Amino acid sequence: MSTQLQEREVMAEEHPIAPFIRMDRMPHIWCPTCGIGTVVKCYATALGETGVDLNKVAIVSGIGCTGRVAGYMKLDGFHATHGRAIPFATGLKLGRPELLVTVFSGDGDLAGIGGNHLIHTARRNMDLLIILVNNFIYGMTGGQNAATTPLTAKSSTMPFGNFERPFNLPHLAASCGATYVARWTSLHIRRLTKAFKEAIQRKGFRFIEVIAPCSTLYARLNKLGSGLDLMRFYHDNAEIRHHVDTREAGIDFQSKIICGKFLDEERPTYLDMMHDHYKKILGDKYVRMPPEGGWLHE
Amino acid sequence: MRPRPNIRRLRNAEWLDRLRPSSGEGGSQVRADPAGVLTGIHYLDGDFACGEGAMAAGCRFVAGYPITPSTEVVERIARRFPRMGGIFIQMEDEMASMAAVVGASWTGTKSMTVTSGPGFSLMMENIGLAAMMETPCVVVNVQRGGPSTGLPTMVGQADMMQARWGSHGDYSIIAISPRSPQEAFDFTIDAFNLSEVYRVPVFVMMDECVGHMTEKVVIPPADKIEVVPRKLTSKPPEEYLPYKLNGGFVPEFARAGDGYKFHTTGLTHDERGYPVMSAECQEQCVRHIVEKVRLNADKIVRFEEEHTKGADVVAVTYGITSRVARMGIELARAAGVKVGVLRLIVVWPFPEKRIRQLADKVKAFVVPEINYGQMVLEVERCAAGKAGAIPVPHLGGGVHDPNDICKAIVEAAK
Repeated sequence: MSTQLQEREVMAEEHPIAPFIRMDRMPHIWCPTCGIGTVVKCYATALGETGVDLNKVAIVSGIGCTGRVAGYMKLDGFHATHGRAIPFATGLKLGRPELLVTVFSGDGDLAGIGGNHLIHTARRNMDLLIILVNNFIYGMTGGQNAATTPLTAKSSTMPFGNFERPFNLPHLAASCGATYVARWTSLHIRRLTKAFKEAIQRKGFRFIEVIAPCSTLYARLNKLGSGLDLMRFYHDNAEIRHHVDTREAGIDFQSKIICGKFLDEERPTYLDMMHDHYKKILGDKYVRMPPEGGWLHE
Repeated sequence: MRPRPNIRRLRNAEWLDRLRPSSGEGGSQVRADPAGVLTGIHYLDGDFACGEGAMAAGCRFVAGYPITPSTEVVERIARRFPRMGGIFIQMEDEMASMAAVVGASWTGTKSMTVTSGPGFSLMMENIGLAAMMETPCVVVNVQRGGPSTGLPTMVGQADMMQARWGSHGDYSIIAISPRSPQEAFDFTIDAFNLSEVYRVPVFVMMDECVGHMTEKVVIPPADKIEVVPRKLTSKPPEEYLPYKLNGGFVPEFARAGDGYKFHTTGLTHDERGYPVMSAECQEQCVRHIVEKVRLNADKIVRFEEEHTKGADVVAVTYGITSRVARMGIELARAAGVKVGVLRLIVVWPFPEKRIRQLADKVKAFVVPEINYGQMVLEVERCAAGKAGAIPVPHLGGGVHDPNDICKAIVEAAK
């Protein structure tokens, strides 16, 4: 006698971050076990939990795998040219200072081709939240060497292993003038979300590096196993050391990954400095740009 | 003596009225914000006058990187902006400057950058982005001798083709070429208005001579200066699509921070602004950004004509060369040649129709320019073999010897 399975109506539950995502663009282009989606989840959760007005949040990405984030989040999203997300965001912020402007992009985009903008914008302490997803490689174009590829790691353009010294990004950001610097991996969901929440509520140049697995290219070229193996590696080798001297935060091939909040300071931002300075020098003659943006005559 | 009407302003206003794709589209005209208008009769160089024009037009964000011979434009603006709520930022390079200008424009703030040849090359990347995202913005190029570092302090007009074609892919832009400080003021206002109406980058193609020459500049009162404000969409966010045309020539604009939560990208996109990687979408997206200017070329094109009726030779000139050619033309006339003049004001789109008409009637066009022959190629293309197109090249570092222009005209008339 056959048993008939009773059909039960299962209510399709909405994903908790669906309100932050352009669901009409799903599925996304990221590979299985890619870490970028996790970082997006943490950022969306942080936006929700801090309760910021989402109408006043703009997100800017450059080019690359992480560069697609601006197109997937239901915010005012700008997908700029390769490397220019930070200066584009600078324009948005200065044009309408009331906005919370987040730059969400990858290591190749922000630290490679956009490296000059990264250091100068940190120097100015421009009021931007920078989320840099570092997978140690150029993913979108097929696994070429990055400014972050650890020494001896293989990439498609360093087939015998990388002999270029990589950037230590938290140290770079901190020494150029960032006011908030942290690093986590895509395994540290709770801590990463907390860092995003904290950074959203701070002012100034806030820089968060997130180490994320690229199993399709970085792991395959370096025989590091699956995405899950990389998560295990993060679990075993991430070492939380808050406020460590960022000089010690460099990453070698399959070395320990120093994580934590390295810097959390308050310093006047570019706009604070500008307003205070002009007010002092020009007095009543100084006219501030209105917070809702420049001259818009209707 | 008959009182002289203010011909130039009148002409600009009429032109502004004419350049609209259709009535009511591209925002209504309003009077300039008095805070940015330095009304009076001044003695200014072209760079300063250009800066004043930008401020009068309502520009309130400028990002730039210093480069001779354009720097005086931003120096002027940096000094005056804090008194009118504008922000000038000196960026780390020209790529960043142009990117910041595009970003700021998406907040509804009228934005501009200023450069010369080498910087113009670096800006091409984000000029393409501005064209693809349909972002109104103005780029001033005070041309110097090139290629590469070339002649930093000396004149050139050799970026004219780069202005049209410099960024990769197919797109359209508008370029305008002043020949005096007064025009540097007037045309910079026009450039902002054009960029608002057509949502394209508009280039003010100055040259070192115009930038550094000092002449009388009349800045009218604010209520006599007509500007086109950014027209924001009237649709609610749930009905808004950032690249839907709604029957017009340009899509409706929403600015960042107003709750529209729109997406825009440099990738080929559909009317939602979403990237679509297909030949069909490419066709639709790129065709639109090219044709919105091409199909309205008759409205945008602007030139001055003189004695072209019955002329044997027509000199096609622009920028500083249109003034230098004056003497060459007079000399040729004295030698008995019937010379007409067609002075380009809007350089891109090029006045194809008018050149075609004239080509049926004249023997040749003579095109003096401070380059090895650029706009003459356009003249040659439009003349299509019906009339000659004779270049009078000067490679830069100075202006033409009027005798060379005269000689070319006399030769062409034979």
